[in-house]
Amino acid sequence: MAELKRIVVPRLIAWFEERIDLAGFRALIGHKVVPIHRHTIWYYFGGMTLFLFSIQVATGILLVLYYRPSAEEAFESVQFIMSEVQFGWLIRSIHSWSANLMIATLMIHLFSIYFTQAYRKPREITWLTGMALFGIALFFGFSGYLLPWNTLAYFATKVGTDVAGQVPVVGHLILRILRAGDDVTGATLSRFYAIHVAILPLAITMTLSLHLFLVQQQGMSIPPEIERDPKSVPSMPFFPNFFLRDLVGWLSALAVLAALAAYFPWELGVKADPFAPAPAGIRPEWYFMYMFQTLKYLPARIGPLEGEVVGVLAFTMGGLFLALVPFLDRRSARGERSPLFFWIGIGILAYMVVLSMLGYLAPGGK
Amino acid sequence: MDTLPNPRRGFINLLLGSSFGALMVSMLYPVARYLIPPTVAEPSTASVTLPWKPGDLRPNSGRIFKFGSQPGLLINTPSGELRAFSAVCTHLNCTVQYRDDKQEIWCACHNGVYDLNGKNVSGPPPRPLEDFKVFAKGDQIVISKRA
Repeated sequence: MAELKRIVVPRLIAWFEERIDLAGFRALIGHKVVPIHRHTIWYYFGGMTLFLFSIQVATGILLVLYYRPSAEEAFESVQFIMSEVQFGWLIRSIHSWSANLMIATLMIHLFSIYFTQAYRKPREITWLTGMALFGIALFFGFSGYLLPWNTLAYFATKVGTDVAGQVPVVGHLILRILRAGDDVTGATLSRFYAIHVAILPLAITMTLSLHLFLVQQQGMSIPPEIERDPKSVPSMPFFPNFFLRDLVGWLSALAVLAALAAYFPWELGVKADPFAPAPAGIRPEWYFMYMFQTLKYLPARIGPLEGEVVGVLAFTMGGLFLALVPFLDRRSARGERSPLFFWIGIGILAYMVVLSMLGYLAPGGK
Repeated sequence: MDTLPNPRRGFINLLLGSSFGALMVSMLYPVARYLIPPTVAEPSTASVTLPWKPGDLRPNSGRIFKFGSQPGLLINTPSGELRAFSAVCTHLNCTVQYRDDKQEIWCACHNGVYDLNGKNVSGPPPRPLEDFKVFAKGDQIVISKRA
């Protein structure tokens, strides 16, 4: 062992150095520092999301080995994975749980960036790529939800694609492209499978690369009120100091995941039947809950428009507003406090939390 | 190297640029068309004969049937009258069901409620359910679209 460390490793490094110039790479790692201040904790959530994403990639690849994307076989193949394949239940449970935790850490990351005004100049493009990643992650969740072809997934997809169909002018075209036809059928399942395992992975690889490149280029953002402080902000090297701390977080996340997957295995439900009524108590994943609950409250008509059209337009505008915040918030761009945008953020967050809670607490209508 | 006068270089760049643009369009157009699913000419269902007898459905109950590729809902009202509707909720496409405890048609997805005439009475549905004609002839129930 000692010999390995003393002789083999240095030789191996020397072998590479003779052929590839690693100086640039070394400098890159050496220069990256993480500022230390009272908001440092929020720096961990981006890396945590990345870690959970890597778990999604690994478990996703494993699931693809047995999964069959057709209306006749999808449900049965997931059942096979869970009951026959050794540790299949574990792999599928981890994939489902990790997806949910990833959306959660992504949301924490997004809102922490928002409230520490880290989106401000010069990081507008980083914020835009981050919002794109959020959209891709939600689409990953939505498309993956259908793949087991169970009743809940079937109706969630009907509703979700119909919501997309409410968009004025191009709605019906989007609906047909998403469903691969006018109804949710086996063709929709094939299409969602392609979206989930080919199109979105390509999109996320490109967007994530740009996002990480920009983070690396520009370094970590320091909140304006700390940056204004005349005392210089202390920092720690990213490697190994911050990285090792990151690692502790990742190991904890892995432990939580394993516990959740083992004690609360993800259910498969009942196979989708297009000729059965939507079951009582049906509801989407928690991260779509506030939208779902809003759609329940909206009346049939608001002015000249149908209620759900107003809802869809409002959510689209909300998303667009969030994406454009770096360009709208002029005070942050000058490094000043921005109370208006702070309270808008609190408002958005409160809306999401309250509506989601109502969704879980309100009786299912029965 | 830079001996070419600028106008000529500009012209060449324009040619190259526009042919690149044309190449892109000629590649992306088929892809965009490919993504739009073809409209499959489905035989439009005008009527179906149900595999049940009128007596199979007790009063104050409902059952989903296949109307072509879409679900339909046959209900037997508490007063014993057979009525049929499209089971597709007019809000966001879920499949509705009959609720015997409240004697109404209910959509579980967003709590939409219709009365026994298929009229939207509460919750988000914007329109009534499409209603079908029901013929009960002897042992057969025939459901057909209204003209």
